[in-house]
Amino acid sequence: MATRRPAAEPQPGSTTLPAVGTLLDRKLVFVTGKGGVGKTSVAAALAQLAASQGRRTLACEVDAKGDLAAAIGAPRSGFEATAAGRDLWLMAMDTEASLREYLKLNLHVPVVTRLGPLARTFDFVADAAPGVKEILSVGKLAWEVRQRHYDLVVADAPASGHVIAHLAAPEVIKELVHVGPIRGQTEWMLDILSDPVRTGVVIVTTPEELPVTETIELAADVANRTPAHLAAVVANRVLPELFNRREEELFDQLGDPGVTAALAAVTGEGTDAVLGAARLIVGLRRRAASQLAELREALPGTPVLYLPEQFGRLDGPALTATLAGFLADELG
Amino acid sequence: MAADGAGAAVPRGPDTTLAALLDGHRLVVTCGAGGVGKTTVAAAVGAAAARRTPRRVLVLTVDPARRLASALGMERLGNVEVRVPPARFSALGDDAEGELWVAMLDTKQSWDDLVARHAPDARTRDAILANPLYRNITARFATSHDYIAAERLHEIDVDGRFDLVVVDTPPSRNAVDFLDAPARMAEFFSSRLLRWLIAPYRSRLVTAASRPFLAVADRLLGAQFLADIAEFFILFRTMYDGFVERSVAVERTLRDPGTTFLVVTTLEPAPAREAEQFCGELRRRGLALGGLVLNRTLPEALATGAAAASARALREGSSALGATLAGDLGASARDVARVLDEVADGYDNLAATAAEQEGRATSLARTGAPTVVRVPLVDRDLAELGGLLALGDLLGA
Repeated sequence: MATRRPAAEPQPGSTTLPAVGTLLDRKLVFVTGKGGVGKTSVAAALAQLAASQGRRTLACEVDAKGDLAAAIGAPRSGFEATAAGRDLWLMAMDTEASLREYLKLNLHVPVVTRLGPLARTFDFVADAAPGVKEILSVGKLAWEVRQRHYDLVVADAPASGHVIAHLAAPEVIKELVHVGPIRGQTEWMLDILSDPVRTGVVIVTTPEELPVTETIELAADVANRTPAHLAAVVANRVLPELFNRREEELFDQLGDPGVTAALAAVTGEGTDAVLGAARLIVGLRRRAASQLAELREALPGTPVLYLPEQFGRLDGPALTATLAGFLADELG
Repeated sequence: MAADGAGAAVPRGPDTTLAALLDGHRLVVTCGAGGVGKTTVAAAVGAAAARRTPRRVLVLTVDPARRLASALGMERLGNVEVRVPPARFSALGDDAEGELWVAMLDTKQSWDDLVARHAPDARTRDAILANPLYRNITARFATSHDYIAAERLHEIDVDGRFDLVVVDTPPSRNAVDFLDAPARMAEFFSSRLLRWLIAPYRSRLVTAASRPFLAVADRLLGAQFLADIAEFFILFRTMYDGFVERSVAVERTLRDPGTTFLVVTTLEPAPAREAEQFCGELRRRGLALGGLVLNRTLPEALATGAAAASARALREGSSALGATLAGDLGASARDVARVLDEVADGYDNLAATAAEQEGRATSLARTGAPTVVRVPLVDRDLAELGGLLALGDLLGA
């Protein structure tokens, strides 16, 4: 793949919050973003990078579709974390299992063997009572942080539409539930979630209009409706710059019918398609650059990390390893 | 600037165009993974139908991007349908045969309307609307958005004011959720849990005593919280019959021969996989898969042997070509050669992606959709009405 710089240089002054280099020094990182932008690949790459630096890292798949395991190249995991490499563990969120663990650890409730009926109605309880499913999920992650089981927990969190309800769950529960042990649990969860040194949200986007718009809106929602803080935005799939300005002028001239014909006389009938491909990249990249400019303008002070487009040449663990390498460079 | 190959959208189905699909149905439900351009396709399809046929067409969208919204004149739009002024079509030199109407799905307002319709009396209605849990539940209940979309679809269908309705489904974790929403809503209202919750508190204690797992709920959440929920559901329960009946009717609408599903996807791995699964789900449920839109595909010319050969020739001959063209272009031979090398690199990158995509396109063609339309990737937005109409042309709608 081309090794030119991605569409926009990271701004030197973009490290006013906790420095971007410290992203992986946090204890809990939620990776979210609009569907289809590569959220899971980026979560896998962050987890793998952290593990490769010797951090004991837990990667958690909150939506439990198995995509995170595939990206890491490990067998699917259940609620119990399984080893997925050196210093890397993998788990899949299961709110019912989380409830069972919670009951066992905190209430010493002797119902563990009798969960059958509860399991059947659990989905209804969780659907009906706002925030219950979410707090069982976010609570489990915060619990791992509180117990210091790992140096870092990376959550492949729900997509934009759902992540706010997730992060806001402890506050919702605190408002709705006035007494009882669950309310008590929300205090330490809020401590962890609201601490920018320990917890950060990473929004993944691509340099396209809709994902960028949604990222800007999501950043505002994270700030206004959740206790958590935005740590960084990852701009994924940024097209390489094909030409500098001088080269681009030359390239434009290649489109003159006379010049194209002279080229085609040597390079054959596919010449138009080849020039068209380059033209498409130049146009797409130009549009991407303006989207990224809009993103930086809307989120001043938020570090933006750039990952280059891989043109579908890689997927699974190979893609994850490549992205981890780029993230290592970006994080310095 | 249009991409090369723009205008090259080719309907692939056995003789069926998207236009024919639109003409043969009253309801078109667009589905697909997030980020594939579903909303834009829904709007383009509706705009095309309104321009081409003398029908009253409604596009019902969910949370559209702001620019698309303003292109459609939807700055302040909610549940109430508004007509896109005919002048917008005329301004494009394109008088519409029919009418284009648009509405945005406002989940909260729709719930309020539903409650108002099903509540037995004004007092119950007001009590529900004022209940502090009501807002929270309608906003967060996972099934809520999907159900409301299906419910509105049914309502508009019954209402009969529109000849064609194009619905853009909400972004769900799983597109199938939309299909299941009516049944799940009915199931929810008849669930044992709900019956337990709304039983008088005293008898619930008795039940709880006999069922330790329910005692746990009391202990976990506190009796007050459960009482709050119970009160809410007691009120909601009064609407039970209306809701269940309605859910059944909504499901019937989805199965109606006048309803068809249009699955939108890109040829990226994840959306393509989801689209394939969704097509399978439709078939399993006996629902009509009318068409498949492959959005933002790379020009097919990229994947041809001729293009690959030209790229190779370009790279191999770049020095010689640079020397030949340098004079005409007023640049050094080395600069020209470098540009030619970059062009070949750029081609290789896109061609690699195109090859991947063709594999997925082939696999998607096996879903048996009667209409398969490719829409080429272009390096500009299609968010103006003119852009939507251009997209409609590409779609063959």
